[in-house]
Amino acid sequence: MLKEKIAFREPTIQLAHGAGGKASRRLIEGLLAPYLNVSELNDAAYVQIDQAQIAFTADSFVVNPLRFPGGSIGELAINGTVNDLAMGGAKPLAIVTTFIIEAGLETEILEAEIKAMHEAAEKANVAIVGGDTKVVEHQKADKLFITTAGIGLADPRVNLSAGRVKQGDKIILSGPIGDHGITILFARGELDLEADIKSDTRAVWPFVSKLIDAAAPGLKWMRDPTRGGMATALNELARDAKVAIMLEEEAIQVNPEVRGACEILGLDPMHIANEGQFIAVVSEEYADAALKAIQQVPGGEQAAIIGEVFESDRHIVLSRSSYGGTRAIDMLVGDPLPRIC
Amino acid sequence: MKMRFVDEFRNPELIRKTLDEIERIIEPDDHFRIMEACGGHTYSIFHFGLQELLPKNIEFIHGPGCPVCVLPPGRVDEGLEIASKNSDVIFTAFGDVMRVPGKKGSPLNYKAMGTDVRMIYSPLDALNIAIKNPDKKIILFAIGFETTAPSTAITVLKAKELDIDNFFVYSNHVKIVPVLKSILDQPNMRIDGFIGPGHASVVIGAHPYEIIAKEYKKPVVISGFEPLDLLQSILMLIKQLKNGESKVEIQYKRVVMEGGNVSALEIIDQVFEDRPAFEWRGLGAIQNSALKLKPEFAKWDAEVQFNVEKITIEENKDAQCGEVLKGMLKPNQCKLFGKVCTPDNPVGALMVSSEGACATYYNHLYSTMSL
Repeated sequence: MLKEKIAFREPTIQLAHGAGGKASRRLIEGLLAPYLNVSELNDAAYVQIDQAQIAFTADSFVVNPLRFPGGSIGELAINGTVNDLAMGGAKPLAIVTTFIIEAGLETEILEAEIKAMHEAAEKANVAIVGGDTKVVEHQKADKLFITTAGIGLADPRVNLSAGRVKQGDKIILSGPIGDHGITILFARGELDLEADIKSDTRAVWPFVSKLIDAAAPGLKWMRDPTRGGMATALNELARDAKVAIMLEEEAIQVNPEVRGACEILGLDPMHIANEGQFIAVVSEEYADAALKAIQQVPGGEQAAIIGEVFESDRHIVLSRSSYGGTRAIDMLVGDPLPRIC
Repeated sequence: MKMRFVDEFRNPELIRKTLDEIERIIEPDDHFRIMEACGGHTYSIFHFGLQELLPKNIEFIHGPGCPVCVLPPGRVDEGLEIASKNSDVIFTAFGDVMRVPGKKGSPLNYKAMGTDVRMIYSPLDALNIAIKNPDKKIILFAIGFETTAPSTAITVLKAKELDIDNFFVYSNHVKIVPVLKSILDQPNMRIDGFIGPGHASVVIGAHPYEIIAKEYKKPVVISGFEPLDLLQSILMLIKQLKNGESKVEIQYKRVVMEGGNVSALEIIDQVFEDRPAFEWRGLGAIQNSALKLKPEFAKWDAEVQFNVEKITIEENKDAQCGEVLKGMLKPNQCKLFGKVCTPDNPVGALMVSSEGACATYYNHLYSTMSL
């Protein structure tokens, strides 16, 4: 009954269409993708050049505030694109960038962000090889928008596709969820709440590279759960792979501050954005090796197997609590909105 | 602010033990219809998968306790119309209200099209916006049961103290006990007992529910929101029902006092008075069921200060929000459920808030379908 034929009928574009959840998917699948040459919606596309499989991606960054605990828009712009390549199983090689700058922006702010990009690129071992700059009238943009496009070299050992995901495959999560989204919510200063929490923004290629070395034949699908969070990423997988997913709630790491904030605001950590975590689906026989490989990279200690794929005619995500209750976890609708009581 | 955590109320061993006890005292011929009045409870029951774990002869009726869900269509439009017609007006509301569908769209739709709509986390945020924008008029779209009424009242008192004259409250505050009575007065209504709302009861305490227990002979147990809270409350209710009792009990003792929060009640009394009647979605007009500002606070009352154009919206004739609110229909028995009316395209308000019965059903449908 809930299966809807995806079609885009809305007369105008609303903020929800950009929030990464159901509405975004409708916009992309119903209006944009039909005009593009894509067979599967992934973080990166592949282009074959002679013997090399090149992964290719682009991403735009709009964030308020520009700087927040643990990162900034510049750092996100590099890590986000590097991570999209990594999710395509590709070693990031080079990035180009575009700045859309609102007239009146302090030079100091722009310089801080290009420095942040430089540092993030050095850390991720990727080169920023070009760019473009546009300045728009005051109030025609929100201070600074950054677009980055990146190319990477896809690892020939890897074959990623939702179509390969089958019953019994394990879901691995690289670490605690929700840190980035809650940090941004707090950093906006609209909430009278404080917590010792910072964005998890980081490049995930070091983890993915070890994961590929250890478990390439069993590695089937990867996604970094940014806007829309884990819930949206896993629902997309369930739908694309035509499977269902059972998560073990206890195995999913959520930092206490994030849990506390979500309890108070009535938000589900599964819907909150991340910038430095990824989900990998690995066949059962390679799952332990894959997990160990991630855990051995510094910062990957909290990686865990959080669930399993099973066959079902309903392509949904379920979560089982420690006392045996199950609940369905749906995609995010619009932006996460705090409840009142 | 220090965060407190909830692990002790999610302890699997205690949960199992309580479930076992419920199973032990329920007999095969029993059939209990329990109304959880509060949307937060509806959400918790499904979020924690409790419905699946409990014996099948406990039936939950989802009550009218989500303030967004019971808001009559038109109220949001009235506030938004003021803001969209006057460029110096800023419309402020809690997150829950932002997706409520109006005639020409939700507050979020208005915002995307240029109306100054801002999401707030507390009524005081709206007052602060007023202080920072002296050339603008700020409307607080105030909503909620007794839970949120004190914070609106404090904000009005603060506005008076600071002599802020560009801050206006559009009050949609409602009261829990009159609506429960109205539901019990409906013909053919069969409810055996109530899980009383946790948050509203922090303010009003246990005494106002005595009328439900004494006159209507229905037990009420005021409950917290964690799985163990709810299971304990259900156990307490069933024990009363098995013993033929009808008392008001408090399970949520860690925050709810018998007499409520006296200073919060005083502040509500100081600022608000009952409306003679207020229209509830699907339930019609209920006497003395909502709060408006007292005449001495007229200076901050949006309904007095603005020419609020009464907007009545005809509901989709197939929408059965009223029947669902009264517990006559399960959400998935509504003709529009899941087809026309979904969380990202809500026709009725019960599909908007995460605590609305329909949204809860939709989001947790898998569990409910296995029943």
